[in-house]
Amino acid sequence: MLAPRPFRFREWLERESVFSWLLLTPPLLFLIAFLGYPFCYGFYLTLVSRPIAQPATYVGVGNFVKLWNDPIFWKAVNNTIVFTGTATVLKLAGGLGMALVLHQHFRMKGITRAVLLLPFIVPTVLSTVAWQWILDPGMGLFNRSLINLGLVTKSQAPSWLGNPTLAMVSVILVNSWRGLPFFGITILAGLQTIPPELHETATIDGAGTWGRFRHVTLPLLMPVILIVTTFSVIITFFDFQLVYVLTGGGPANATHLMATYAYSISMGGGQLGLGSAAALAMVPVLGAVLILMSSYVRRT
Amino acid sequence: MVGELTWMRRIFGLWIPLAALFVFALFPFAWMAATSLKANAELYNPKMNILWVQNPSLVHYIGLFTETNFVTWIGNTMLVATVSTIISLVLGAMLAYPLARMRFPASGLLAVSVGVAYLVPQSLLFVPMADLINRMKLGDSLKAVMLTYPTLLVPFCAWLLIGYFKTVPKELEEAALIDGASRWRAMTRVILPLCTPGFLSAGIFAFTLSQNEFLYALLFLNTSSIRTIPVGVTGELIRGDAFYWGQLMAAAFLGSLPVVLIYSFFVKYYVAGLTAGSVKG
Repeated sequence: MLAPRPFRFREWLERESVFSWLLLTPPLLFLIAFLGYPFCYGFYLTLVSRPIAQPATYVGVGNFVKLWNDPIFWKAVNNTIVFTGTATVLKLAGGLGMALVLHQHFRMKGITRAVLLLPFIVPTVLSTVAWQWILDPGMGLFNRSLINLGLVTKSQAPSWLGNPTLAMVSVILVNSWRGLPFFGITILAGLQTIPPELHETATIDGAGTWGRFRHVTLPLLMPVILIVTTFSVIITFFDFQLVYVLTGGGPANATHLMATYAYSISMGGGQLGLGSAAALAMVPVLGAVLILMSSYVRRT
Repeated sequence: MVGELTWMRRIFGLWIPLAALFVFALFPFAWMAATSLKANAELYNPKMNILWVQNPSLVHYIGLFTETNFVTWIGNTMLVATVSTIISLVLGAMLAYPLARMRFPASGLLAVSVGVAYLVPQSLLFVPMADLINRMKLGDSLKAVMLTYPTLLVPFCAWLLIGYFKTVPKELEEAALIDGASRWRAMTRVILPLCTPGFLSAGIFAFTLSQNEFLYALLFLNTSSIRTIPVGVTGELIRGDAFYWGQLMAAAFLGSLPVVLIYSFFVKYYVAGLTAGSVKG
């Protein structure tokens, strides 16, 4: 009969699952404390009315009822969807074009790629401040160029951030400017994985430039495009800083996104419960957007 | 004939679109730089050329250094970005290593959770996070952002490093174990050194993301002397009067410079990190 093996600490440590969990525990504890706990606490907050520095009172779904009856909230939902949808289409179309242009042979390609990615690298707040100045109604680059070219007179110069429709256009434009290179560089990386032989075969079979793009390049790029688009939709949907800096949600809530509205309710208005509800309401709305997107993709 | 056709193709298919892309991507920076170098008299004179600088002046830069806390903000931003990047790389590697190379119960579920955690943005959790930080008495200190930035960066670093860790053949580790190395030694001496490009990619990414972060900094950094560049610039340089654009553009330009410099040294790793998820996954 075998004697039970003596317990050796070192051997125990070498077991795959023990070693794994010893490594995993510190990062998991950190994430549970600072990501998991706030998430659960955020859920709890949606159920209470809790003005800043005051005790909470339970209100059940009262916060959501309040939001449901709040026209500004629905305006923000609508804005978020318009903002995300339009900006994503622009970034995708522009990024695809950028990738196709860069996917040719020319000198200094590496530097070109690095320079064109700059809008995506520079801290968003700083480039957004520059855009605020570009869009300045009196002395900004856009209006001064329009006036110098004789397209508008000084009194007709558009108020890019003061007119509700133009403000939305501006916000979408700046987001697209920043995100387009991300699409371009990622789709370019996808293009580079397509073996050139496929294009040669298609050419021999009589396909023209458009035919090769439509029937060879595009289908093979689809997986990359889908991942980048989904990723970008999520990031754009939750965007906060661009709108906060450029318009602050104005004029008259015309550019409030769900994130900026949640911020203004909780930090401006001091309603932590209501603000948390507005923030967490982004999850089901985003879910609906993603489901609609995927059903659209499956149909086509 | 053929030569002519290719030339036309090069011009319309490559050079003109390329020039357009350059203008599109860079004109805001040119405008930023030009504005920052113009004294107010030239800047607000509508008769002057828009992009050309007639009498370059450093007055806005001097003002930035002498009248504001800009230098402190640069220091704070660098400190916060460095500390959160190091924390995120260490914790991210600890999370990624077992997920990429070990078999243990619940590993699949854990990998999915890391992916989901990666997509959780600040705007979703800022209300409970603000309350949590205040209750921990960390409000209005750099520690608050050093603790909260890694919540965004750890899942990202882990997710990126998993891909790199998976590329190292299992045989290397087995050989080290047979030679008598412990798992810890095999990891730190054999596998991790081979994944240096992965650490560079994740590190440079985490560093630029921390410099870019705004919402948590806005919530937690209220005192001027502990602010980072984004909150300092938007919170203090945008003043009531209209004539502040010169200084603001100088701040935007100088504030972007560190990120751009570091990026330019590590472009290869940055692009690798950027495209890793979508092309491989």
